[in-house]
Amino acid sequence: MALKIVKGSIDRMFDKNLQDLVRGIRNHKDDEAKYISQCIDEIKQELKQDNIAVKANAVIKLAYLQMVGYDISWAAFNIIEVMSSSKFTFKRIGYLAASQCFYEGTDVIMLTTNQIRKDLNSPNQYDTGVALTGLSCFVTPDLARDLANDIMTLMSHTKPYIRKKAVLIMYKVFLKYPESLRPAFPRLKEKLEDPDSGVQSAAVNVICELARRNPKNYLSLAPLFFKLMTSSTNNWVLIKIIKLFGALTPLEPRLGKKLIEPLTNLIHSTSAMSLLYECVNTVIAVLISLSSGMPNHSASIQLCVQKLRILIEDSDQNLKYLGLLAMSKILKTHPKSVQSHKDLILQCLDDKDESIRLRALDLLYGMVSKKNLMEIVKKLMIHVDKAEGTTYRDELLTKIIDICSQSNYQYITNFEWYISILVELTRLEGTRHGHLIAAQMLDVAIRVKAIRAFAVSQMAMLLDNAHLLAGNMQRNGICEVLYAAAWICGEFSEHLQEPNQTLEAMLKSKVTTLPGHIQAVYVQNAAKLYASILQQHEQAGDKKAAVEITQILIDKLPQFVQNADLEVQERASCILQLIKYIHKLQAKDIPVAEEVMALFTGELNPVAPKAQKKVPLPDGLDLDAWINDAPSESSSDDENTKKTIFHEEEQRSIRHRQPEMDEDELARRREVRKQEQANNPFYIKSSPSPQKNYQDASGVDHIPVVQIDLTVPLRVPDQYLKLEEERRQQQRQDREKKKKKQKRDKKGKRRHDSLHTESDEDIAPVHQVDIITEEMPENALPSDDDDGKDPNDPYKALDIDLDKPLTDNEKLPVRMHRISEKKSPEIEAAPVEEKSKKPSKKAKKEKKDKEKRKSKEKGGKKHRKSYENPENEFAAPEEIIAPTLKGEAENEKPTEGSDLDFWLSKAPVQSKSQTESLKNEEASVIEEISETKEEEEAKSSKHKKKKHKKEKSKEEKKSQKKKRHSADDAPESVQNGSIDDELLPPMSSYFLLAESSFVKMTYDIQGNLQDGSQVVVSVIFENQSSGYLKSMDFNVLDSLNTKLIRPEGSSKHDGISVPFQLPPDVSNEARFVFIVESIVMPQKLKGTLTFIVKTDDGSSHEKLDFKLHFTCTSYMITTPCYSDAFSKLLESGELKMSAIKVDRISISFQLLLAKICFHHHFSVVERINSCASMYSRSIQGHHMCLLVKMGDNSISVDGKCSDSTLLGNLLDELKQTLTESC
Amino acid sequence: MSTEPEAVQAVRNLWWCGLSGRMIKAILVFNNHGKPRLSRFYQHFSEDMQQQIIRETFQLVSRRDENVCNFLEGGSLIGGSDYKLIYRHYATLYFLFCVDSSESELGILDLIQVFVETLDKCFENVCELDLIFHMDKVHCILQEVVMGGMVLETNMNEIVSQVEAQTKLEKAEAGFSAAPARAVSAVKNINLPEIPRNIKVSNLSPFV
Repeated sequence: MALKIVKGSIDRMFDKNLQDLVRGIRNHKDDEAKYISQCIDEIKQELKQDNIAVKANAVIKLAYLQMVGYDISWAAFNIIEVMSSSKFTFKRIGYLAASQCFYEGTDVIMLTTNQIRKDLNSPNQYDTGVALTGLSCFVTPDLARDLANDIMTLMSHTKPYIRKKAVLIMYKVFLKYPESLRPAFPRLKEKLEDPDSGVQSAAVNVICELARRNPKNYLSLAPLFFKLMTSSTNNWVLIKIIKLFGALTPLEPRLGKKLIEPLTNLIHSTSAMSLLYECVNTVIAVLISLSSGMPNHSASIQLCVQKLRILIEDSDQNLKYLGLLAMSKILKTHPKSVQSHKDLILQCLDDKDESIRLRALDLLYGMVSKKNLMEIVKKLMIHVDKAEGTTYRDELLTKIIDICSQSNYQYITNFEWYISILVELTRLEGTRHGHLIAAQMLDVAIRVKAIRAFAVSQMAMLLDNAHLLAGNMQRNGICEVLYAAAWICGEFSEHLQEPNQTLEAMLKSKVTTLPGHIQAVYVQNAAKLYASILQQHEQAGDKKAAVEITQILIDKLPQFVQNADLEVQERASCILQLIKYIHKLQAKDIPVAEEVMALFTGELNPVAPKAQKKVPLPDGLDLDAWINDAPSESSSDDENTKKTIFHEEEQRSIRHRQPEMDEDELARRREVRKQEQANNPFYIKSSPSPQKNYQDASGVDHIPVVQIDLTVPLRVPDQYLKLEEERRQQQRQDREKKKKKQKRDKKGKRRHDSLHTESDEDIAPVHQVDIITEEMPENALPSDDDDGKDPNDPYKALDIDLDKPLTDNEKLPVRMHRISEKKSPEIEAAPVEEKSKKPSKKAKKEKKDKEKRKSKEKGGKKHRKSYENPENEFAAPEEIIAPTLKGEAENEKPTEGSDLDFWLSKAPVQSKSQTESLKNEEASVIEEISETKEEEEAKSSKHKKKKHKKEKSKEEKKSQKKKRHSADDAPESVQNGSIDDELLPPMSSYFLLAESSFVKMTYDIQGNLQDGSQVVVSVIFENQSSGYLKSMDFNVLDSLNTKLIRPEGSSKHDGISVPFQLPPDVSNEARFVFIVESIVMPQKLKGTLTFIVKTDDGSSHEKLDFKLHFTCTSYMITTPCYSDAFSKLLESGELKMSAIKVDRISISFQLLLAKICFHHHFSVVERINSCASMYSRSIQGHHMCLLVKMGDNSISVDGKCSDSTLLGNLLDELKQTLTESC
Repeated sequence: MSTEPEAVQAVRNLWWCGLSGRMIKAILVFNNHGKPRLSRFYQHFSEDMQQQIIRETFQLVSRRDENVCNFLEGGSLIGGSDYKLIYRHYATLYFLFCVDSSESELGILDLIQVFVETLDKCFENVCELDLIFHMDKVHCILQEVVMGGMVLETNMNEIVSQVEAQTKLEKAEAGFSAAPARAVSAVKNINLPEIPRNIKVSNLSPFV
C-alpha cells in the first residue's frame, strides 16, 4: 500500500508542477504563447487522470495561467472536483482557483452548494475558513439563500477565526439575498460586543458598510457605536465607526452635537495620522449638518482648518493630498475659513505631484469671488502655458471654464475679459476640449446681449486666423471653436466691422478640410452673412457691389456642393441654387435683400437644458405604442424556399443589398439629424425682430484681405486686467463721492444672492449684463429633482427596517427533507386565537398586525362587552397587550439602541412632555415630504406606546371606550400623511357584508404583501340574537378568478367552519384567505353562512346569504414612496393615464386625502397646497400614482398606473367613495 | 497621443463605475515592467479585461515619480469619483489596492505595509522571485488579510500564525510521500538565477 503511494508520487514528481511551469514560461520568452498552449494540453491530460493530486497540480497551474491572462473557465468542473477533495492541501487549491475564476455566470456553480455546506460544517476550522474565503468571492443569490443559515450558525462558532470570517461574509450574503438581513441582524449586532477584537472589528466593518448605504435604518445603533468609540482602542475600528458617524449625522443633527466633543478630544490627543484625519473628516461632516449658525462651532472649524493646514504643509505628500481633500469638504459650507489659506493652495498648484495639483484645483473652484476671479484665472493661465502633459492641461482648461461659468457666471464682472480668455485658450494645441470652449462662446454670446459686438469682433478674428488654429484639422479638437465662431459671426452679423472679409474667410478653400458639421455651419452662416451684406449694399444703392458679392458666393459655394458630408452638400446646393436665383433677379434690377433677410429673421433664445424633459405628455398620446405594426420576422425564410435555384441568387442579392442600403442611409440620416439638433439647440421664435440697417457700404469689395498678426488678440487679457483695474479704481472713487453726497445708499439687488462678501458686491459689472434666462416649456411639470437615485442600486434592496421585530415568516431557509409549502388554512383562519395565547408574542403581534388591531378597536366596544365571558379566549387582547408593552418599555435600558430620542436628549424626560414634543416633532417631520414611511411608522408606534402608558394611568378615571378612540385615530391620521391638527372623524374600513336578526357580518379585504396572489378577508361576526351562535360555516362559490383557500382534502364546495362560537351580543373576527389570479377587475362572490342558533327554547338551523365584493382597492397595499422615485416612475412613461372629476365636494382637502389613504390604501408622496401626489402598489406590483387636485368645490384625480383596466376600476371606486363622502 | 482610444476609455468606465459592494475592489501586484505577480479581483472580469486593467493601472502608476503621494484618483483623472488607487512601490514591485471611499486612505497604505511585512516574514526576506514561484502561498497569505474585498485582519502576528498553522496542516497531510517530490524540486531549484533578495520593507512609518 505504502509502496503504491510512493510509486504514484514518484510518477508524479516528473509532472510539471507550478514552479516548473513558471520556470518554463521564463525560459521561453520568445515563444511564450506556444509554450503555454503546450502546457495547457498537458494540463488537460492531467485533468483526465483519476489521481486527485495530479488534478490539483493541474488546477494550481491553471490558476497561475489565469493570472497571466488565460481563460480557464473550461476547467470549472475539475476545479469543483479538486474543491471536494478531503485533503486540505487540495481543497485549498480548488477554492483558490474557484475564487479566481468563478462568478455568477458560471453554470456549474450550483453544483457546489452541498460541497460548500459540508466544508462549512467541517470539524477542521481551516476547511471552514477556506470555504468561507472562497465563497466570499463567488457567492450567488442561490448560494446565499441556501447557505445563509449555515453561515449564520458559524457566526457563533467557538473559534474567533471562523466567527470573524462568517461575520464578514454575511455582508456578501446580504447583498445577494436581502431577505436574510433582518433575521441575521440581531446576531450581527451581538458580534459588535464580541470578546475577540478581530470579530468585533469585522462586525463593525459590515455594519458600517451597510449603514453607509442606508444610514437611516441604523440610527438606532448610534448609542452602541458611541459606546464603542469611547471605549475601543483599535484604530481600525475607530476609523470605521467615525466614518459611520459621518454618514449618520446628516440624518440626526442632535447626534452631531453629541459627537463634537469626543471627536475634538480625539483630534487633540491622537498621534495616529489616519485617525486624526478621519476625525477631522467627521467633524467636518458634523459641522456641515449643523451649519445652521452655531456660533460656538466656529472654534471647531478653526481647529479643523488648522489641523488640515498642518497636514498640507507636511512634507509627506500623502498627508498633503488628504489635507487638501478634506479642505474641499469644508469649503462647501465654510468658504471663508478656507479662503484665508489661499496662499497655501496656490502654492500647491506648483507642486510636482499631479494628484496634489488636481486637488488644489478643486479647491480653487470654490474659492473664487468677484474680486479675485481675474487674478486666479491669470495664475491658472500661466500654469496652462507651463503644463507638460496634455491630461493636466486639459484638466486646467476645464477647471478655468468651470470656475468662470459656475452658477450662471456669477463671478464674472467683465465679459469682454472672459471672451478674450476663451480666445486665448483656443491657442492650446491638442486639447480635447474644443467643444467646451465653443459651447462657452456660444452661451455667452447668446445670453449676454451687451457683449455681442465684442464677441463678434473676436470671432471674426478667429475665423481669419483659422489656419493657425487648426494645424492638422481633423485630429485637432480645437477646431470646434470655429464652429462657434462661424455661428456667432453669422447670427450677429450686424455687429461685424468687416463683413466682406469675414465672408471671404468663411469661404476659403481650406475650410473644406474641417470636419463636416463645422463646414455645414460655415455654409449656413455664410448665407446669413451674405444676406446682411446684400441688404447693406442695396440700401446704399450700390448695385455693383451687391452683384459682386453674389458672384463671390456663386464662385465659392460649388466646392462645398461636392463635399463628402451630406449635411454640407445639402445645405451648399440649396443655398447655391438660391443665390443663383438671386443673381438672376439682380440682373433684372429687382431688389431682393428684404426677402433674403426674411430667411433668417427671428431671434434665437437659449433653451433650458431640462426643458425638453419637462414638456408634459399630452393626453392620450402613447409614446410606446407602435405607429405601424411591428414587422414580422419570419416572412423572408418562407419565401426563400419557394424560389428556384436560378432565381434565388438574384433575389437574394437584391434583397440583401436593399435593406443594407436603407439601414446605412437611415443611420446616416439619423446621425445627420442628430448632429443638426445638437448643433442648433435654439428654437426659432415666431415674432420677427427688427433688423438693424447699415448705411455704410462704400467700397466694400475693394478691401484687401489682410492677415492680422495673431499675437495681438492673444495678449488681450493683460490689457483687460489693467483696464479692469482702472475701471474699478474709477468706480471706487465714484462711490466715495456718492457716499459723501448720500450717506445711506441702498444697494440694488444683484443678479445673485449667494455667498459673496461685502467687498464683492461693490464691484459692479462693466456692462449692463442681462443674462437671458433659459426658456422652459409652458406648463412644465414642477418637479425639480431630476437627479434621483439610481433605481438599479443594488443597495436599495438592503434598505430594510431593522428595528421592527421579526415576524414568523422571516426565517432563513433551512434545509429540510421535505418542504411543506402549504400552510394549513386552519392556522391562517385563526391566527388571532393562536397569538393571544402567548403573551410573549404579544408585542410582535401588536406591531405586525397594526392594521388589524386598528380595525379591532373600531369594533372595540363590541369586544369589550365580551370581556366578562370566561369562555371566550379572545375576549381581552387589549388588556394583555397593554401590560406587556408597559413592561417592555420599563425593561428597556435608557441607553439601549431602541430609544434613540431618549439617548440623544440630555435632560430626563417626563413622559407627558415628551409625548407632547413628539407630537410636535411628528407634525414637522411629516411636513418634510422626503421623510420615510418607515420612520413615520417607527415614530407613530412609539407614539402609540406612550399613549398606551398614559392611558393606562388614567384608565380608572375615564371611560375606556372614548379614550381608545382618540388615542388610536390620531397616529393613524398621521401615518396617512395628513398635516393639520384637525381631528379626523373615526373611519372604518369595514363594510357591511350581510345582516339578519341573528348575525351581522362586516368585512374588510387586505392584500397579502408576501404573496402576490393572496388576499385576506377579515370578517367580523356579531351576534345580534339572544341565543348562542355555533357551528358557523362560511362558504363561497368560487369563481374562475377568485378562490377560497380551503383546508387540504376538502372539496371546493365545502365551507370553512368559523373557529369560534358567539355568545349573545358578542362579536369576533375570522380571517379567510383567497387566491386571486387577475386583480385588475373587481369581483363579486356569492356566499352563505350557515349556523346553529341555540336559545333556551332549543336550537335552529339558520343561514345567511351574502355577496363578497372584492374591490380593486382591496388589492392595493399602502406603500411609501419617495418623491424622487415617484417622479422617476412618472417619467418612465410606462404608465397609462386616466382621470376623473367629482363636483360638489365640501369636505376639507386634508380629510379627503385621509379618506383616500385610509379607504384606498394610498400614501401621500407630496402635498403642495391643495394638490397632492399619492402612491400605492397592488399586491401584484402595479404602480398606482394619483395626482389629486382640489378646485372650487370639485376634485380632480389624475391617475397613472401600469395597467389601465385596474386604473379605471380603481378610479371608479375612488369616485364612489368621494361622492359618498359629500 | 493625447486622445485615448475609445476602447480604453470604455474599459476604464466599466472598471470604475460598474462595480459595487466591494470596499476593496482589486489587489494587484506587478513589477517595474508591468508583469503581473498577483492579481485578485473582487468582481468578475474576463481575463482579457483583467489584463487590460493591469496594463492600464501600470501605466498610470509607473509614470509617477518616487516622491509623490501614493493616491491616484478615479476622480478627475479616471472617471469614477468614489474609487481610488492606493499603491506602494517596493524595490521592483508595485503593490496596488483599488478601494472605494469607505476605506481610510491612510489605513489602506498601512494595510499594504502589513501585507508586505507578512510576506517578508513568511518567506524570510521576500523578493520578487518568491512571488513568482509561490503564487499559491501569496494568495493564501492575502486571504488572511483581505476577504471578499473586506479587511479581515490587520494584526500581523495573527496573520502569520494562521498561515503557519495551515502550512503545518498541509505538511502533515503530505507526510512522507511528499519527500521525493521535495527532493526533485530542490534539484530543479539549483540553477535558479541569483537575484538580490529583500524588497526593503522597513523604513516606512505606519499611520495607524
